[in-house]
Amino acid sequence: MSKDETLGEALRRQGVTRRGFLKFCAATASMMALPPSMVPVIAAALESARRPSVIWLSFQECTGCTESLTRSHSPTVEGLIFDSISLDYHHTLQAASGSAAEAARETAMEENHGKYILVVDGSIPTDNPGYSTIAGISNRDMLEEAAKGAAAIVSVGTCAAFGGIPAAKPNPTGAVSVSDLVHDKPIINVPGCPPIPVVITGVLAHYLTFGTIPELDDLKRPKAYYGKSIHDRCYRRPFYDKGLFAETFDDEGARKGWCLYKLGCKGPTTYNACATVKWNEGTSFPIESGHPCLGCSEPGFWDGGSFYSAISTPTEDIPKAAVYAVGAGAAAGVALGAMNRAKKQKSVDAHEKVTIDDLDKEK
Amino acid sequence: MQTELETAMLNVELGDELTYNVKPLLHEIRHALAKLLNDEGPTVIDLRSLPLAPGEEEKLLNTLGHGEVHASLNALGPTEVVETGYPGVWVVLHYNTDREVIGKFIEVCDIPDLLRSQQDDIREGLEQLQSGLA
Repeated sequence: MSKDETLGEALRRQGVTRRGFLKFCAATASMMALPPSMVPVIAAALESARRPSVIWLSFQECTGCTESLTRSHSPTVEGLIFDSISLDYHHTLQAASGSAAEAARETAMEENHGKYILVVDGSIPTDNPGYSTIAGISNRDMLEEAAKGAAAIVSVGTCAAFGGIPAAKPNPTGAVSVSDLVHDKPIINVPGCPPIPVVITGVLAHYLTFGTIPELDDLKRPKAYYGKSIHDRCYRRPFYDKGLFAETFDDEGARKGWCLYKLGCKGPTTYNACATVKWNEGTSFPIESGHPCLGCSEPGFWDGGSFYSAISTPTEDIPKAAVYAVGAGAAAGVALGAMNRAKKQKSVDAHEKVTIDDLDKEK
Repeated sequence: MQTELETAMLNVELGDELTYNVKPLLHEIRHALAKLLNDEGPTVIDLRSLPLAPGEEEKLLNTLGHGEVHASLNALGPTEVVETGYPGVWVVLHYNTDREVIGKFIEVCDIPDLLRSQQDDIREGLEQLQSGLA
């Protein structure tokens, strides 16, 4: 595929008809969480969009983010978007290895200086650089060099966005996020462990369509996907409002699909699109499968205490508090959410460092 | 006088609903139909952008029912376009080539755009026919 080819030309060359293109644009709008009335605008923009060069760097990560994207059922719109970019470096996916792979990265960086999109998954160790190197180059050096010529950086996954599991206490490698090291480039955080695949491609599609980065929240996350809490969009929310909770995983409440708040659900303090976009081609999401949300798209989710401890105990008895919640609607939910955030911070602060001795005691 | 859609909405059992989004959606469709009749343009609702509990989408689609038209087309995988029991209310389901759903929309319009022959295709077809006859 030529680099000068537009996306419309590339799709037609792949045998995509104009009806197919319209369908592609409708699905892309849905993927970008844009209203369907935007479809003609998207069609016009995508028709003439040039394929951007993408350099994907993987640092301290488990490859789950790449798996999330590449295992999304192909061929899909995500697949087509992914095929429409020029992925010039991704050491898990590319055929080249060793010095040839690094040469491809350097060539792409040089040819597309100032224009390429840098995608990063994994956190960066700042302690001993030897904890994670690629071709003898420390992660930090590689990031800083690649960031210089990038138009924008997409931090995919909670590790790249917030440090994630490598940065969890006691953070043996001194792991930090991309935004801890790079301060002079637009950064889009796409957290999640892993992120929802359409959210990854949705951000790329937005860049392809509009040539700009999407609107972000205070944690640099695209508002289209991370603008509402899991709790606010959860179909079990009415049970919370009525004070109906599952107390254990096998009680009557669990069988009836009541709210999982008391079982440790982090939905009220977690901002992500799982409740509407869902997983596995829209099949379900954790809460729909009867498991509390772990809060994986939030900073420090691994250090927030047990996944199965409720994030807060309201000062009022829950059914009573819920009566107020029903009466006052969203405002009460916001107040409880603020309470929950404070409690979460408290539990993070109180969390003690696990030592080797502690682990030995558990044996 | 009650319209047929309003009567149907009264018959929607709300007792076992979770998100209560079915009835508001039906009202949105009712408003969209009124707009369409007043020449105020079509409306498209993306069903995947709304929190719906298991079973609620089926309830919504069952309430809308089936009308006279059921078209299927093959472009980037199959797409089914079904006119519901309420003329002007269409359900458009996009699938990929593995028959997995990639888009679900309710379109309130005379005919969904996807069913129309596209201008560029018509032009190309005409050129082909002309050169074939030359």
